[in-house]
Amino acid sequence: MTVATQSPRTARLPLNKGGARRPRRVRRLLGRLLPLGPALLLLAVFFAGPLIWSVYTAFTDMALSGAATTEFTGLENFRRMFADPVFVKSLELTVIFVIGSAVIGQNLLGMLLALILRGRGGAVRTIVNGVVIGAWVVPEVVAGFAWYAFLYKTGTLNAILGHFGLSQDWLYTMPMLAVILANTWRGTAFSMLVYSAALSDVPPELLEAAAVDGASSWKRLRYVTLPLIRRSIVSNLMLITLQTLASFGLIYVMTGGGPGNASSTTPLYMYQEAFQFYQLGYGTAMALVLLVLGALFSLIYLRLIKLEDS
Amino acid sequence: MSELAGEQSSTALARMRTERRRGGRRGAASGITSPKKGPAALASYAVILVLFLAFLLPFAWLILSSIETGSGLNASPTWHFTLANFKAIMNVATVYQPMLNSLILSAGTAALTVVCSALAAYPLSRFHMRFGRSFLYTILFATGLPITAVMVPVYSLYARFNLVDSEPATVLFMTASSLPFAIWMTKNFMDGVPVSLEEAAWTDGANWLQSLWSVVLPLMAPGIVVVFIFTFVMQWGNFFVPFILLLTPDKQPASVTIYTFFSQYGEVAYGQLAAFSIIYTAPVIALYGVLSKFLGGAFNLTGAVKG
Repeated sequence: MTVATQSPRTARLPLNKGGARRPRRVRRLLGRLLPLGPALLLLAVFFAGPLIWSVYTAFTDMALSGAATTEFTGLENFRRMFADPVFVKSLELTVIFVIGSAVIGQNLLGMLLALILRGRGGAVRTIVNGVVIGAWVVPEVVAGFAWYAFLYKTGTLNAILGHFGLSQDWLYTMPMLAVILANTWRGTAFSMLVYSAALSDVPPELLEAAAVDGASSWKRLRYVTLPLIRRSIVSNLMLITLQTLASFGLIYVMTGGGPGNASSTTPLYMYQEAFQFYQLGYGTAMALVLLVLGALFSLIYLRLIKLEDS
Repeated sequence: MSELAGEQSSTALARMRTERRRGGRRGAASGITSPKKGPAALASYAVILVLFLAFLLPFAWLILSSIETGSGLNASPTWHFTLANFKAIMNVATVYQPMLNSLILSAGTAALTVVCSALAAYPLSRFHMRFGRSFLYTILFATGLPITAVMVPVYSLYARFNLVDSEPATVLFMTASSLPFAIWMTKNFMDGVPVSLEEAAWTDGANWLQSLWSVVLPLMAPGIVVVFIFTFVMQWGNFFVPFILLLTPDKQPASVTIYTFFSQYGEVAYGQLAAFSIIYTAPVIALYGVLSKFLGGAFNLTGAVKG
């Protein structure tokens, strides 16, 4: 009985090997991948497609006005870009903006808040968390209005600083500082949440042991806590850097890139060139530079974590 | 997930109590061993207070000037409260139409995103595929791509196919841009549903779609709600995408019209702008409250980011 049932199966096996088996496996794999279809289609058409398209457009003189034909111009856009003092300035401002508001502002303030609120009583923690997260949840444009009025000539900050004779028109005298402060205010909650989650994974025994050995609280932070949460630090830095790099609405609402070009970071300059002067090719080339800048920052962070590991 | 939320409020009290006890003990001990502790604790409370005020002040103006009479940009409060600012803007053109547009765009995007990411997450969560891992990492990388940088090529694509100023086309782009993170979250939620529960359905001859619909999705309903609300909130606040892709004021969402209002009347009618801001922000705050209930605090959301 058993021999009888087994023999046809073994006999059929070599037959199937060449012909029916492979297509069936391919068909099964395709069947399994089918649910990915809609998402992949949308991502390909609206995400990957434009990205690849942008690589092509960046090497053309595509514009929406006048000239009907688009010509391949090679590196012309990039040559023009780095000869354009406003663009070079915008790149500088972007780096200042990212380092000032993301790497220093959001990152350090988020870390400070996470550390200082750890082990704090429920009420204090809830209230402070509520306000900080509130700033994060509020839509970008509303955050822009709030800061515009806060820093206005006769705004809240000047009303307070007026008592010390420090009041001035912040949005004109130091627009970069203004947008850096506003972006720090808006984004700190994210870093705070990431670091609170990371800190809760640090085993308290390690800190206690270090304390017993006489390590100061700074040394406990530097040699116990920070090394343990370094992966969270790197992924947090990467995410907030990429977000800040692309930041548009907040700066646009607060200063519009002005006065002059004093706070025109690359996204704002790109908007101006591509959508107000319709220089799509030129604008796309800037977008590519922005992506490369993001990749550079990411590489630096990954490099840092490798150095720390070895 | 959701049980954490319920636990939070009940344990908060207990935690507070133990911490106060612990703090008390620490305080007593430090009196003898290290006299530095007192000023240090005081300093940390001072830092908390300063940070709290710094985060609160920009808000304070917004709320105050929305309910004051004749508020311009001046900080000095008049202490005359009125709802006139709200009354002035509560009409179809200023508030209702843009808010409705926001609702359509955000809800449409969120619904489409949930459907696509639930489908996409299924094979990623259930089958061990050779390219599964690298696909997921590509997805995670795409999450961080600056949308601003993709906008110019998307605009030229839309201009070429005559899709600028079309709401459905805008929803499609917004969906594509929210998909990477949504797929990542959905996959993590789906991993929490044990495969063994599905096996019964499989032996009954259910195909993947039936098993996804009648077994997996009902079990991860809270996760689906989280993905929906998260996408909705992100798109509700999205300014740049509709600002570029929608040109007719009748089609623009509140994020864009409120900016137009600001650039036209900002200096003269700041009270009205503040009132509009509050109406526009309120749904997001409410939904965030729901979201954190589902997630048991925002920690799990960023925990998902951590990977």
